[in-house]
Amino acid sequence: MAYTRRNAKAGYLFLAPWLIGLVVITIGPMLASLYLSFTDYNLIQAPQWIGLANFTEMLHDEKLHNSLKVTFVYVAVSVPLQLVVALATALLLDRGMRGLAFYRSIFYLPSLLGSSVAIAVLWKQIFGTAGLVNQLLELVGIEGPGWVSNPDTALGTIILLHVWTFGSPMIIFLAGLRQIPRTYYEAAQVDGAGKVRQFFSITLPLLSSIVFFNLILQLIGAFQSFTQAFIVSGGSGGPAGSTTFFTLYLYQEGFGKFDMGYASAMAWLLMIIIGLFTAINFLGAKYWVFHEN
Amino acid sequence: MRTKAILKHTALILVALVMLYPLLWMIVSSLRPDDLIFRAPGLWLRDLHVANYTDGWNALSQPFGRYLLNSAVVVLGAIIGNLVSCSLAAYSFARLEYRGRRIFFGIMLATLMLPFHVVVVPQYVLFSELGWTNTFLPLIVPKFLATDAFFVFLMVQFIRGLPRELDEAAVMDGAGHVRIFGQILLPLMVPALATTAIFTFIWTWNDFFSALIYLTSPDLYTVPVALRAFIDAQGSSSWGSLFAMSIVSLLPVFVAFLFGQRYLLRGIATTGLK
Repeated sequence: MAYTRRNAKAGYLFLAPWLIGLVVITIGPMLASLYLSFTDYNLIQAPQWIGLANFTEMLHDEKLHNSLKVTFVYVAVSVPLQLVVALATALLLDRGMRGLAFYRSIFYLPSLLGSSVAIAVLWKQIFGTAGLVNQLLELVGIEGPGWVSNPDTALGTIILLHVWTFGSPMIIFLAGLRQIPRTYYEAAQVDGAGKVRQFFSITLPLLSSIVFFNLILQLIGAFQSFTQAFIVSGGSGGPAGSTTFFTLYLYQEGFGKFDMGYASAMAWLLMIIIGLFTAINFLGAKYWVFHEN
Repeated sequence: MRTKAILKHTALILVALVMLYPLLWMIVSSLRPDDLIFRAPGLWLRDLHVANYTDGWNALSQPFGRYLLNSAVVVLGAIIGNLVSCSLAAYSFARLEYRGRRIFFGIMLATLMLPFHVVVVPQYVLFSELGWTNTFLPLIVPKFLATDAFFVFLMVQFIRGLPRELDEAAVMDGAGHVRIFGQILLPLMVPALATTAIFTFIWTWNDFFSALIYLTSPDLYTVPVALRAFIDAQGSSSWGSLFAMSIVSLLPVFVAFLFGQRYLLRGIATTGLK
């Protein structure tokens, strides 16, 4: 009994930094932002309660609708695309293959660099009017557009940047593939199942929980993308709003116009959206995620 | 069988080349005069145009070394903060028993999914009330409060893998929790601590958003904000020096990658960190 009590005291003591952080840095600010979302607040004057006005404004805010559309398109295209590339590459990297460590490192490197301002700067040039892509196209006689200055293609360049960082889900897929017993494939081979059949009957079902894990992780991350769009568009979210991600618009409203009430309301909308998507995924997972035993 | 392996390697090398090409091209371009950057998709260099590096280094109000130093201070603070606070919390979650532990652990896992934007406005208000805006404190202090739940989770998993007999033997010898944690578990946790340190290094080094909102005085800019200021100052007129400073800003991340690969790859495979 004496030991247990000492244990409990030690438990809270060791947990103290996290507990303080939880209250001061996480839960407190969450409650505060919930409150601010019902106010008009510019940092200088005290917050003024305006009820649901921020939320009703969202219904009519064309820029917000556009930013939602941009973000949804980005998430819907870049996340599946990146996962497919990651899985395909992981499948190419067999167990016991020569040079595995080398390829793994090369493919992983962009994941670490991809979120940096430097790479966003590089991307802006690569897809610029006189950039690398157009120089290469010129070699085969094609005159390319200014990819980042054209509203039809600007978002696509940022999607490509996201796909380029497929290394981190690839590593997780590789770890998952390693868990699948070789004997399953041998048995399937004896039964005359081809590679395609083996992939759909063995690999994919046994990997489904990892696919799910990667999907959730990438989805949550993609909804919060900011730096790339900010740098590529010079902070404007242009051209013609085509790269105004939701978080970029939130930044413009909150830290550009200091409309902190509206920004807080937007943050809660984002959280609800992410929560909904995560919940839908968890519910849907019942039907396609396979658990052994 | 042989031809299959060759085909596979050819495919992989092609993918690797496509992926690395932009990076290699940026390195080469940083050593070219500006007018050549816009005409040369190839990677060959006729002569080294190092002026891009000297020009870029001195293009802003402070020499670029200042921004590297600022980033280094923030990164070091963040690493120490995460190592101390996350390991303490992890020990508590993994080894100690008390009321509410399971609930707290659940909350900790839930915070992994919390979008940063939900807390950013009040955090900003809080730090500005404290007079901390335009200092490094908002970037460092939260790390001392174990706000990076990923690392707490990583360390909990790691400690759970260590035999409990170690703790029990130490209790027999009359050791308290401080000694069990500090002298027995911590030395065994080096791989998890290294993973935490390296990821903290890379994420903090790359962190743009927090630095953008908290650091307004140019003397305090960290590398990402300085690069952004560089774009604004130069327009797009000098890509050479912009690339040169981009390379300088990526070098520490690259070095961390080279030395930390083992931990990085294992850390991400087990927890799905970036």
